[in-house]
Amino acid sequence: MPKAKIEYKLRIPSQTENLEIIRFFVGKVAEKVGFAEDDVGKIELAVDEACTNVMKHAYTETVKDKTLDVAILIDYQKLTLVVTDHGKGFNPDKIRQPDMKEYLAELRVGGLGIFLMRTLMDEVDYDIKPGVRNQVRMVKYLINRKNSKIVN
Amino acid sequence: MENFKVVRLDGVNLTTLKIIGFLDAHTAPTLEEAIQKLLDEEQVNILVDFKELSYISSAGLGVFMGFIEEVRSKNGDIKMCAMSPKIYRVFDLLGFPTIYQIFDKQEEALATFPQNSAASSSE
Repeated sequence: MPKAKIEYKLRIPSQTENLEIIRFFVGKVAEKVGFAEDDVGKIELAVDEACTNVMKHAYTETVKDKTLDVAILIDYQKLTLVVTDHGKGFNPDKIRQPDMKEYLAELRVGGLGIFLMRTLMDEVDYDIKPGVRNQVRMVKYLINRKNSKIVN
Repeated sequence: MENFKVVRLDGVNLTTLKIIGFLDAHTAPTLEEAIQKLLDEEQVNILVDFKELSYISSAGLGVFMGFIEEVRSKNGDIKMCAMSPKIYRVFDLLGFPTIYQIFDKQEEALATFPQNSAASSSE
């Protein structure tokens, strides 16, 4: 893990055909800063789920500039992923963790992305300003937070 | 750029779908079409071979969820085999092993279908 803060940014059309490129970009950075293969896979899946949500739900037909930004911040022992769109946004208070028992009983389709993001990453939060910009921010620690020491 | 494909192998009373590449929100409709085609043909005994699948997201998992109820109501099933540990972990995180029968080897899965006559791939 590098000692200085580093930021990587990707601006890309909000289309599902670009998911592969986004995963590759994020996966390569995670690999380079020292995450184990298992965690690289989790980070790739988390960013895929966040971007898929944007691609499926953020923009109405009439919006001309349908892009999303993926930023990766490397800050000592953690990687922060920030996915930003400029679409209609949503109310994060209405997002609830799916009740897995209920879910399995109903065999419900979809809605698994947010559950996965929360499971795969150490922190997930939202900053929603509808029509201005919406962000989901996810953090993965390189080492277990309880044992971590910040080294300058 | 072909990053996902489905190879169909028909047996007598069973069809194996080999899924190859990346299964995400972009490629999920390809799998959806392949399974829908089987249902249109009234083929409800389906084995999905994951051996050459290198990635899956919830959009891919959602495809199976979308069909399982209908398939089972017609006395069929969708079973799965040969997942890499990475793919299995995603299924496991979402509790899918309690819904679907997942086998390590294709032969084990084939043996569990009724009246199956060797629909294994000839690799």
